Amino acid sequence: MSEVFISGIVVFVLAAFVGLEVISKVPPTLHTPLMSGANAISGITIVGAVIAAGISEGTFAAILGFLAVTAATINVVGGFLVTDRMLEMFKKKPGRG
Amino acid sequence: MTELLYLGAAVLFIFGLKQLSSPRTARKGNMLASVGMLIAVVVTLANMENIGWGPIIAGLAVGGGVGAALALRVKMTAMPELVAAFNGFGGVASALVALAEIERWEALFDNETGVVVALSLAIGSVTFSGSFVAFGKLNGSIPGRPILLPAGQVVNALLAVAIAAVAVWAISADNALAYWIVVGLALVLGVLAVIPIGGADMPVVISLLNSCSGVAAAMAGFVINNSALIIGGALVGAAGFILTVLMGEAMNRTIANVLFSGFGAVTSGPVTTGDKPVKKATADDVAIALAYAENVIVVPGYGLAVAQAQHAVREMATALEERGVNVDYAIHPVAGRMPGHMNVLLAEADVPYDQLLDLDQSNPRFPQTDVVLIIGANDVVNPSARDDETSTIYGMPILEVDLATTVVVVKRSLSPGFAGIDNPLFYQDGTMMFFSDGKAAVESVIAALGNV
Repeated sequence: MSEVFISGIVVFVLAAFVGLEVISKVPPTLHTPLMSGANAISGITIVGAVIAAGISEGTFAAILGFLAVTAATINVVGGFLVTDRMLEMFKKKPGRG
Repeated sequence: MTELLYLGAAVLFIFGLKQLSSPRTARKGNMLASVGMLIAVVVTLANMENIGWGPIIAGLAVGGGVGAALALRVKMTAMPELVAAFNGFGGVASALVALAEIERWEALFDNETGVVVALSLAIGSVTFSGSFVAFGKLNGSIPGRPILLPAGQVVNALLAVAIAAVAVWAISADNALAYWIVVGLALVLGVLAVIPIGGADMPVVISLLNSCSGVAAAMAGFVINNSALIIGGALVGAAGFILTVLMGEAMNRTIANVLFSGFGAVTSGPVTTGDKPVKKATADDVAIALAYAENVIVVPGYGLAVAQAQHAVREMATALEERGVNVDYAIHPVAGRMPGHMNVLLAEADVPYDQLLDLDQSNPRFPQTDVVLIIGANDVVNPSARDDETSTIYGMPILEVDLATTVVVVKRSLSPGFAGIDNPLFYQDGTMMFFSDGKAAVESVIAALGNV
């Protein structure tokens, strides 16, 4: 295996542990927005999509890239917006601590 | 420099997820994460040379427009299917990135790259088709009941083996067609894996597929050797997995159980509600009980959301609070259509989140509660889950409302809930049954409160 690939695995495993730790204590009240927000972050694949779409214009690969950018952008833009819409409604009762 | 900026984006994702775990900071967390995403995209664009802007701008414009339109228009009750759909788009994007790489290099990969290409294709495609089957089941275009196929598990296992075998062929022969076959088989597997699962279990499935879409993104990251994808994908993969386990625990089901048992396929015999007597109540009875209570806990179920009664409930609670009654809400983890969904629906009706009690907070309170008002919930308040070892829901965590002095159940009829079993709570001494549609019931109670 190449050095690059191995360091990729290291990053992957460490990031996975961070993900496990960050989420372990979430009140049930936030499960739905959290799922929606995490889902928006998984749209990070938009970065790969942009690279794929831009690198080979005029070819079939660029068409696939365009479709990837479209799908990933729906995921990212829609995901963050709808999460914000949900969280905007969460209010604390005035004067109750 | 690019790598450092990607790292900055990843740090924002981590802070974002952390802050999303607390109601006070959640909104800011979501914004931080979205800023991280923006940085990652801008850095990528700035770093590319000789690029064709056409497909990128077109994709960003179309995707941004569609995503924003869906997000801003969706009704809060339809949130579960929207998350499923967004998740499907994320999955297919990762698969498409891998396909574009296959076209670009004519499938000439070294072995390790071949493996991650195949994994992005397979996981991304399963996520895509599985998410859209979940979407269909949730919005009613596919029957929500479990659709059991003959030898379904065997077929799925064979499909998984076939995917692995074709992937090995694709990698060893550098064959683009074989990679496309992986996509086709994985799409079929996604459909067949989700179709036998009942609508009630869909939240766990979506959460698991959310985790998968993270892993697919990370695999795509290995393909194009991009650390932002690897970190972001791994974060969501792990976080989504934890969330799935938490949801499963709340429903007293393991993930394996959800995936392989076909819940609801457990055909319970005809429910014998018999002719056991129940105490029927009118709106006036309920209004009097509520008005003279000190502590009231409302237990909302999905029936309440279907009836769009959240706003009416909020109005009723305000009327009671003006009389000095202490009103709280006990939310079972699976009260809505997905964990936390009921909290969103109540938040939409301006119920402050600190009045929403979870399972552990509410159960110790029921013995000191004068009136529990149950609207559209059934299985989650069924004492059989605690008392009857022969019950199919035995062991499921419930809200122990039967410990309260008086229980008012608002329900259309005595029909059983999802689990298809009778509920002894209805025949208990302190229970009043108010047979009505949820919204009409609450509105009539509000009217009756005016006369108490």
